[in-house]
Amino acid sequence: MSINLLVLACLVYVAFLFAVAFAVERRADRGQATWLRSSLIYTLSLSVYCTAWTFYGAVGYAARSGLEFMTIYLGPTLVFVGWWLMLRKLVRIGKQQRVTSIADLISARYGKSNTLGVIVTLLCIAAATPYIALQLQSIALSFAAFAQDLPAAHFTERQDLFALWVAVGLALFTILFGTRNLDANEQHPGVVTAIAVEAVVKLLALVAVGVFVVWAVADGPGDILGRIEAAARPEWQIQPGRWVGLIFLAGVAIICLPRMFQVMVVENADERHLATASWAFPLYLFAMSLFVLPIAVVGLEIMPEGANPDLFVMTLPMTLGQDGLAMLAFLGGFSAATSMVIVSTIALATMVSNHIMVPLWLHLRAGATARRGDMRGLVLNSRRLAICVLLGFGYVYYVVTGGSAALAAIGLIAFVGVAQILPALLGALFWRAANRIGAGLGIGVGFAVWLYALFLPSFGPGVFISAQVMAAGPFGIDWLRPYALFGVEMDPLLHALFWSLTLNAVAFIAGSLLGFPRPLERVQAAQFVNAFDIQAGTRGWSQSAAEAEDLLAMAQRILGTAESQRFFQSHAGAQGKAGFLPDTTPQFLDALERKLAGSVGAATAHAMIEQIVGRAMVSVEDLMAVASETAQIMEYSSQLEAKSAELERTARQLREANDMLTKLSVQKDAFLSQISHELRTPMTSIRAFSEILMDAEGMSDDDQVKYARIIHDETIRLTRLLDDLLDLSVLENGQVNLDVQRARLGDLLDRAVLASNSVRPGRDFVIHRDPAAEAVEVETDTGRLAQVFINVLSNARKYCDAEHPVMTISVARDGGMIEVDFADNGSGIPSDKQALIFEKFARLTDQMQAGGAGLGLAICREIMHNLQGEIAYVPGQGGAAFRVRFPQRLETEAPARALSAA
Amino acid sequence: MGKRVLVIEDEANISEAIRYILSKDGWEVDTHADGADAAARVSAAPPDLLILDVMLPGRSGYDILDALRAAEATRALPVLMLTAKGQTADRERAARHGATRFMTKPFANADLVAAARAMMAPT
Repeated sequence: MSINLLVLACLVYVAFLFAVAFAVERRADRGQATWLRSSLIYTLSLSVYCTAWTFYGAVGYAARSGLEFMTIYLGPTLVFVGWWLMLRKLVRIGKQQRVTSIADLISARYGKSNTLGVIVTLLCIAAATPYIALQLQSIALSFAAFAQDLPAAHFTERQDLFALWVAVGLALFTILFGTRNLDANEQHPGVVTAIAVEAVVKLLALVAVGVFVVWAVADGPGDILGRIEAAARPEWQIQPGRWVGLIFLAGVAIICLPRMFQVMVVENADERHLATASWAFPLYLFAMSLFVLPIAVVGLEIMPEGANPDLFVMTLPMTLGQDGLAMLAFLGGFSAATSMVIVSTIALATMVSNHIMVPLWLHLRAGATARRGDMRGLVLNSRRLAICVLLGFGYVYYVVTGGSAALAAIGLIAFVGVAQILPALLGALFWRAANRIGAGLGIGVGFAVWLYALFLPSFGPGVFISAQVMAAGPFGIDWLRPYALFGVEMDPLLHALFWSLTLNAVAFIAGSLLGFPRPLERVQAAQFVNAFDIQAGTRGWSQSAAEAEDLLAMAQRILGTAESQRFFQSHAGAQGKAGFLPDTTPQFLDALERKLAGSVGAATAHAMIEQIVGRAMVSVEDLMAVASETAQIMEYSSQLEAKSAELERTARQLREANDMLTKLSVQKDAFLSQISHELRTPMTSIRAFSEILMDAEGMSDDDQVKYARIIHDETIRLTRLLDDLLDLSVLENGQVNLDVQRARLGDLLDRAVLASNSVRPGRDFVIHRDPAAEAVEVETDTGRLAQVFINVLSNARKYCDAEHPVMTISVARDGGMIEVDFADNGSGIPSDKQALIFEKFARLTDQMQAGGAGLGLAICREIMHNLQGEIAYVPGQGGAAFRVRFPQRLETEAPARALSAA
Repeated sequence: MGKRVLVIEDEANISEAIRYILSKDGWEVDTHADGADAAARVSAAPPDLLILDVMLPGRSGYDILDALRAAEATRALPVLMLTAKGQTADRERAARHGATRFMTKPFANADLVAAARAMMAPT
């Protein structure tokens, strides 16, 4: 077959892919590509995992190591079957945060640290370089296989030239597809569809070769199984340690590989596609792996000794004269290689432009305002440049390593490299305490170990690491030998995997535990770890045509209907549009934001508009601002609440004080009115009789004496009233000076009885006493106590209405208190009056009979308060009964009772 | 003259002073100290002039006045109210209850005589 024909086939195939991609992009731009964003396309695009390594290399791998190649399929299968645990969250967060790459995800989670973004980008480039080289090598090898008719001298040279042309072609292809325009969501429906087509082609090619081998070369499955058993070699023995390690490695790779992240998360159109892919993708992998061993076994039988088993898929049909099948196999391998290179370089170019070139450019041109057009051009050009550079790296790696290494080995080196992202990624999704220091340290340490123990040695002794270091360690330090760190000797791949990930994880955890996350990191940590509790998100991806209407609806909620409509109408008018819905230009959004900010604050207004417009996800800074504004509002609110409660308390106190004052005022008025009455009454008599005596002509001497006596008595009455008022005032204000003395209770009662005898002296008044009980020493203001006794006894003498009044005085002791009861045998005080008798001027009976001002019991009550005791009316004793209760020993240290109830 | 005046006053000394003053002026003076049966006493033998204290034991002067004004026989009876609470509010209250005249304690003896005479003047 002519090499020219091969090149022509390639060009036609590429043109076809380009047409597919172009058509899809066109439809997507018109919004008609919904069927293309299906779970089928999504699943097929995931097959970018199956590179030329898988297509060619798996057969070679099987030929060399038996079933071990299956591990590369088993790892991803396990991850997808268990998609609910990890992938679902990854995709959800990717959408919520509008993540553009795995470097972006790590950077966003750890406080938008660009340093981390740069580290991850560099790691991914380093890991992808050999991988891209692998694809170039496979295409070059396959070209070379077709070019065997050329002179041998040109072989190696031609192969390198092939590789160079392939690299250039792929760069062009990727630039055309991947950087055609700057998509807001970093999604490339055209590329994804082309990848899906390639997925079908590579599967068809492999299955076609497999069917040919099983049914045309061998005699069906039974024969093949027999041949496989016969071909079994000692090195095909399953090594459990290597199996576990490789399954783990492949599982990690499918999560961490930049190109997998690109198709799985960034290009994902609907989270539900993941559910379909969880069973469909393992099925695809199963189909891809089904014929690997048969092809390998038959190839080993038929192909001459020394033939490269990596190329059996293509060389086997070629050797058997099936040129058409060989061509299909070539296109399958070409598909596998190109899809990987295209997606990888797109993903890596995005990282390079977003994390390295644009920040660098902005840094260099700090201060200069970047116009939108400039930025777009910058981003696209930086990506184009990155694609060229990355393919250049791949080509250089291919040339330097001489294209001699087995395909599978190169792929595994790349896997271990990207696996260094795993600890930081797991921490990002599941561990809130993980921070950027830990992530940076972990990835950095893992990166270094990977470089030293696997990547650099892969160039071969003498290129980066000398044979002497490989054998004896740097500076002769034995435990630092790249393939035997800390003296542990094992399979170099597993060795590097083990040490890089172990040290990585230790550094990550230690850094996270020892470092303090910034506030931004805390917020992001919460958003990532609790991704499923956050409701907002997916909406931001779809651009709504009803944007202006949504904005109006929102504005109405905040500004009110009339105000909002006026605002929208005026802006629509300014744009030359009728109605209420202006175009959502940046100017309009700015104005609206400022308008809303007046009502709800700047951060919230910004966040609300962004939520509806969906141009950019609400940034963490915005959320922080919202949070702090909200916190401030809450603080103000709680302060206001406290103030309000305080005011309420004050108001209640004022109300109570006012009520009290009003009551006091009423009482004062009533008291003054009473005083007036009590003073005017004797003064009326005094004035009347003195006027009578002034004109005493013809009046008998007896009458004159009688009237003079009345005047005399009334002045005494007045004086006593004034004395009582002063006494009461002093007692009520607690200003009384108590004259504490010791005395026998009986003596005090004797004094009181004697003093009260002057009241109604002519009347028979029997008093029963209990001298034994009265023989008790008291220490109090004896004068005041006697005053109370006199008042009670006098009242009894005045008011007892019994025909033969009898007073019984009994004494009881209750702890340190003494109770003296005075009970007469009268009709007593009616129960409705009992509460009144201790009030001022509460005279129940006739004025003259009482002969006092009605202050006596009020004074008694105040005296007893001052003596830390009390006086009370005791109902149900057959007559009027008063109980005087006081402490036997007055505590003089205790302050005298202050103002009693007025 | 020889007009009959009834004094309803619980303060014995004041009652005695009024009795002396008006007797000297030629009035026939009766005194009564209790509020409770005062209205009945008046109705039984209406005097020409009633001098009524406000603060009485048993029944207040206002209540007694209300009862007298409600009865046909005593509707037009001249009543001079005496009170020791000399505020304006008390004066108005007395007028509202139908008192003919109002005097605050203490009073000048001459004023009492003049008031009593004036109330007997033909209208």
